[in-house]
Amino acid sequence: MKLREIAHARTGDKGDHSSIAVIAFDPADYDFLAAHVTAEVVRAKFAGIVKGEVERFEVPALGAVNFLMRNALGGGVTRSLALDPHGKCLGSALLDLDLPERQPGASKG
Amino acid sequence: MKTIRIGTGAGYSGDRIEPAVELAEKGALDYLVFECLAERTIALAQKARLADPERGYDPLLAERMRRVLALCHAQGVRIVTNMGAANPEAGARLIADIARDLGLNGLKIAAVTGDDVLAPLMVSDVALAETGRPAAEMQAEIVSANAYLGAAPIAEALAAGADVVITGRVADPALFLGPLMHEFDWASDDWHRMGCGTAVGHLLECAGQVTGGYFADPGVKDVPRLARLGFPIGEVSEDGSVVITKVEGSGGKVSAATVREQILYEVHDPASYLTPDVTADFSGIQIEEIGPDRVRVSGATGRARPETLKVSVGYVDGYVGEGQISYAGPGAEARGALALEIVRERLGIIGLQSPELRFDLIGVNAILGGAVTGGTPAEVRARVVGRAASLREAEKIGDEVETLYTNGPAGGGGVTKSAKQVVAVMSALVPRAMAVPAVTILEA
Repeated sequence: MKLREIAHARTGDKGDHSSIAVIAFDPADYDFLAAHVTAEVVRAKFAGIVKGEVERFEVPALGAVNFLMRNALGGGVTRSLALDPHGKCLGSALLDLDLPERQPGASKG
Repeated sequence: MKTIRIGTGAGYSGDRIEPAVELAEKGALDYLVFECLAERTIALAQKARLADPERGYDPLLAERMRRVLALCHAQGVRIVTNMGAANPEAGARLIADIARDLGLNGLKIAAVTGDDVLAPLMVSDVALAETGRPAAEMQAEIVSANAYLGAAPIAEALAAGADVVITGRVADPALFLGPLMHEFDWASDDWHRMGCGTAVGHLLECAGQVTGGYFADPGVKDVPRLARLGFPIGEVSEDGSVVITKVEGSGGKVSAATVREQILYEVHDPASYLTPDVTADFSGIQIEEIGPDRVRVSGATGRARPETLKVSVGYVDGYVGEGQISYAGPGAEARGALALEIVRERLGIIGLQSPELRFDLIGVNAILGGAVTGGTPAEVRARVVGRAASLREAEKIGDEVETLYTNGPAGGGGVTKSAKQVVAVMSALVPRAMAVPAVTILEA
């Protein structure tokens, strides 16, 4: 299963740091999301892009996990040579993440 | 219970104008806010002001005001905007001229200044966050330094009767928090209310991004009529809760999902969102769909504001040159890759000194570094971009891409090239006392 089947994402930028909010369509999927979409998984997914630390903030009230990826934007939006200096595309790319199938009885997205 | 209706007329400098007109006409608003300053906008505006002392405000200021001023005046809608950029006082004079042209004599326009801290920063030992070195060491390259001011001077201007408030750099949510402080008499150290008002501002500040813009993903998240996207209205209650909605019949949509995306947009720790006004806490926010295109948001709060103010420091960061060329059909990817190899070698042969060069194949690896692999692309675009010490050196990068037409792989087409000076931004944290906000009122 792909992350895109149970969650949506929005990417933001501040200086050289990118942030991606990953939000469950169904808040009941939050625990599953939080268990599988970890800082380590995101770090591995963007290994060639993110130079700094990846930190995760949990926001169960919104059914979301929010990632802060430091030094991910080629030196910052205003000086990056990248085609997408804001990193706007990163959240959509993260939704390609493979997730295990959920166990029977788990909530449905 | 009293509610205040605030609409957002722009979420960035170049944003669409008709949604603001639609809000002014049909939004039954109390306030119309235009948020038009990205990180580097003031640095570019400062360069415009240095060239002409009556410039330095947003390039669309006059057009926006001509479209909405009379409508807003007729309906008692007050305008708040950071379109003053590097020159709020000149922006205020321009608005006064336009108001007189439109027959709106007596209109009161307030300019909020005090965000420009270039002079005190250059004689301080404050270090840049990115380098750890004193900003003053880069005096030759630095073109601007603007502190993010808070909501208090905006509230003050409204209390003084301003119909239009024009600022330079203020924290984006403060453009919304200022009117709320004024209308509800919120104290600037009522941290809970400051947190609520900041959540309202954060939801509204990017305009269409909460009403279905930057959201659509066909088949997964569909949004109707994005070409007619309606900009948001926040119906704010005295308790700090808000209903996010839009003009009936406009395009886009407001749902729990659009609101959830926007509340977390550009946020690092949702429990500690730092602004000049408050350390806002969005972690306990509750979002509830209460009707078609109506979403109620409550549960934000806040703690004491940070001791320091953030400053955006604009500086000249050398030159960048770029060239692109396309290849299509069988073997397109290999021909694109060959094109990049040739340009790499050519830049060596001509002796281009560049501290950073980038070779991308758009369609293959330009954005994700090849992290996601698919099938064979039907077309690719080779892109070479790099830094250089002068404009002429930067131009050579695009020139070497262009010569691929007659010297490179088969079937290269559609060359584009550019070269420009780069104005980039770094940041610093300064003592609050370095920025002294002031409000000046003009009458049309």
